[in-house]
Amino acid sequence: MVATPEKPAYKVIGTRPVRPDGVDKVTGRAAYGADVVLEGMLFGSILRAPHAHARIKRIDTSKALALPGVKAVVTNADFPAQESGTLDLGEGSANPKWLVDNVLAGDKTLYHGHAVAAVAATDWHIAEEALGLIEVEYEPLPFVIDVREAMLGTAPILHHDLRTNVRARGVDTPKDRETNIAMHMRIEKGDIAAGFAEADIVIEREFTTSQFHQGYIEPQNGTAYWNQDGQITVWTSTQGSFSVRDQMAALLAQPVAKIKVVPMEIGGGFGGKIPVYLEPVAAILSKKTGRPVKMWMPREAVFQATGPTSATWNRVKIGAKKDGTLVAADLELCYAAGAYPGSAVGAGVLCALAPYNLANQRIDGYDVVTNTPKTAAYRAPGAPASEYAVEAVVDEIARALDIDPMEMRLKNAPEEGTTGSTGAPWPRIGAKAVITAIKESPHYNSELQGEDVGRGVALGFWFNGGMESSSSAMVNPDGSISLILGSTDIGGTRASLAMQLAESLGVSYEDIKPQVVDTDSVGYTAVTGGSRTTFAGGWVAYELGQEIRKRLVERAARIWGVEPSAVTYGDNGVITGMDKDGKAQQFTFDEICKRLPSTGGHIAVSVTSRKNTTGPAYAGHIADVKVDRETGKVTVLRYTAVQDVGTAIHPAYVEGQIQGGAAQGIGMALQEEYWYDDQGRLRNGSFLDYRMPVANDLPPIEVILVEVPNPGHPYGVRGVGEAPIVPPMAAIRNALRDAIGVNFYHTPVTPTRILDELLPRE
Amino acid sequence: MATSEKLVITSNINGEERTFLADSRDSLLEALRERVNLKGVKEGCNNGNCGACAVILNGRLVNSCCVMAAEVEGATIETVEGLATPEGLAPLQQCFLEEAALQCGICTPGFLMSSTALLRENPAPTDDEVRFWLAGNLCRCTGYDKIILAVQAAAEQMRAPKK
Ligand code: FES
Ligand code: FES
Repeated sequence: MVATPEKPAYKVIGTRPVRPDGVDKVTGRAAYGADVVLEGMLFGSILRAPHAHARIKRIDTSKALALPGVKAVVTNADFPAQESGTLDLGEGSANPKWLVDNVLAGDKTLYHGHAVAAVAATDWHIAEEALGLIEVEYEPLPFVIDVREAMLGTAPILHHDLRTNVRARGVDTPKDRETNIAMHMRIEKGDIAAGFAEADIVIEREFTTSQFHQGYIEPQNGTAYWNQDGQITVWTSTQGSFSVRDQMAALLAQPVAKIKVVPMEIGGGFGGKIPVYLEPVAAILSKKTGRPVKMWMPREAVFQATGPTSATWNRVKIGAKKDGTLVAADLELCYAAGAYPGSAVGAGVLCALAPYNLANQRIDGYDVVTNTPKTAAYRAPGAPASEYAVEAVVDEIARALDIDPMEMRLKNAPEEGTTGSTGAPWPRIGAKAVITAIKESPHYNSELQGEDVGRGVALGFWFNGGMESSSSAMVNPDGSISLILGSTDIGGTRASLAMQLAESLGVSYEDIKPQVVDTDSVGYTAVTGGSRTTFAGGWVAYELGQEIRKRLVERAARIWGVEPSAVTYGDNGVITGMDKDGKAQQFTFDEICKRLPSTGGHIAVSVTSRKNTTGPAYAGHIADVKVDRETGKVTVLRYTAVQDVGTAIHPAYVEGQIQGGAAQGIGMALQEEYWYDDQGRLRNGSFLDYRMPVANDLPPIEVILVEVPNPGHPYGVRGVGEAPIVPPMAAIRNALRDAIGVNFYHTPVTPTRILDELLPRE
Repeated sequence: MATSEKLVITSNINGEERTFLADSRDSLLEALRERVNLKGVKEGCNNGNCGACAVILNGRLVNSCCVMAAEVEGATIETVEGLATPEGLAPLQQCFLEEAALQCGICTPGFLMSSTALLRENPAPTDDEVRFWLAGNLCRCTGYDKIILAVQAAAEQMRAPKK
């Protein structure tokens, strides 16, 4: 671990305790969304569209309703009518009109697998059988899958009310014409013409990336009960219980007071478990039947209809001087949003050049609708595709100039005070520390051995999120503390937040009992996403700790008959002072807690806070690959991930986040992608055909933690989870160039694509 | 469409004889989860590609989503719920916790059952053997490193002479 000198000596932070929810998760007792059982519960199932784009001319549900055991069938018409508007989802936003049409299609289905109707029945076999009895008459329409084709004036139009006036570099859509371009953004800094004029070398390339799925192992699920008094309870696996509540309130046209969301354990999300899919349908079915309705999604539907990432097309032009100084960059980023507007192109734009201190730049970004599932956030949403393209071009420049790729990156690295793409200065960041750690790492300094082997490096950047979090803490007479959390726990945040509260009070981790509760039982908390939870929740834990310290000091002062100012709370949890007779007194944490009930009562505190002092994350990865010229198979021989994590609260979980993110990135680099046939139907909606890495696809992923504490957090936390998915696509692509001399411009680089390059040559 | 018929099935589940009513269309996964209420058996794909539903059936590791409930009359079934004893967690469970081998935990029951089957067959596997054996189990959170470490730590504990 590489630490900066000012890191304080923590007692709890930096240790690796077992998580509080751990035993339940290894014994099978932890209750995930699909594990909900309610008396009288019905099972819901969804009928999905067989076409890429079609008008629904008629739906006849009568035969399905007549099947014994079927209790209700619903369609889009059963939802309250929605006006266009904006609904904040925490990691992105949505138009409620589009959201409801995605949950159950309105007059058109916009992608293969789009939900059309839903059934509730006494048994899931009956519900499935009933789907086959629903008659839907479709009028198939022309469709468009490719993002560049969708931008053309001649493309089939998805939304006839969409207008975006763009006039930039070959894109020309007048403001009165229908278009699939939902948004255009441009950011500019400096003077790119002057910048390119200074350049000794200019490289311009076009890149495409396929659609990738988050691939959480737990399919979406949702159970709802619409009580006779109008109260709606929802049990679901979600990254944000309050986000689900707010989406439900909008879609069902109910006040939030009527809706309680109970977050169950969640089997992975990576951004994909923020939008609602099944929960509102279960609620409407429950209203119709008066019984609880449980739904879970078949895996194929998860691929067809829940948010994958954008397929992208990106053009990158970068100029540099002979000594490797980058002088100008001009980028054009086109992201397919899927069926409804709202890709992550904004973050793609803002992150693309963040690893570089670059004076002259212009970045155009386009959000484009296509006949594919509506995209959702996926780990560092938007960043991997744009940074991949930039990292590939930077690599080509370094190669052309014969400069060590890390040396070149160090030369152009941003640091505190230099400005990013928007012109705003960076706070303290660890870009240079990460690059230096790579240069000094055993991996980077090792020799590559063998034929057709190569090494590549790439950087990655992610902002890390802030936003609102809430928690309560109750101090118990036995010295333990119940910590009530609003953040759902995907990968160990009960532990990382409990550790920060323990640190702030000088007590042990085992004394804190964290619990994730429903939306009626804690203050508003934004989604677990954006790498924000340990940062923002940690701030709240710290503030809870400060408040508890203050109250305990007041209590001791009252017991000793003195002013609180005469009493001190020590970092070991021991309270010291003099009583009114001038005699030295002290309470250990346990002693004062024991006295609480008899000296004025228990202590319970709540904190809601929103901090924007986030610390951005920089990562750098090194990949060694070997190419089999016979089969095109790429073996990743060695892989190292280096990242500035601010402070590693629980280093094992931090490493785990980085290893998991890197593994997903390696999947995107080499093997994962969506396949559509010529009818626009998804052909690989299974784990067999959408090939995520398994254990023997991957080498051990070595992790080097760099700790440059975030000055905007009491414990220096930056956020960890997202940056590690950014570098792998480029690191591996650059390693392939090193191994076989071929520059690839599409990812994933599958064996077929490798053979396409190698065979004609040999 | 398969026809529905009610079946009364008796099998030994985690050492206890259990009789339950199932639908003839139920997979073993569905029967274990929805009829017997053993919710530790997880569904990730329902077609044999993720291993979340792994159980040990008559001593063999299977994906329960690929077995019909009708096939388990008289069978012996081990699920994650049967790993711990009143004395405590099994070494694999304990090592998964200590090595932080789970993040979301949805894959964990499947990995625990696969690893249990592995270590019965091969008490001293190499890392490559562990990776190869576990290739039928998907984990999207961890990148597998810590899972491999946990399995090896448990294997070592289990090989150590009993005191
Ligand atoms: S649920 Fe059985 S293998 Fe995935
Ligand atoms: S821990 Fe989440 S899938 Fe393995």
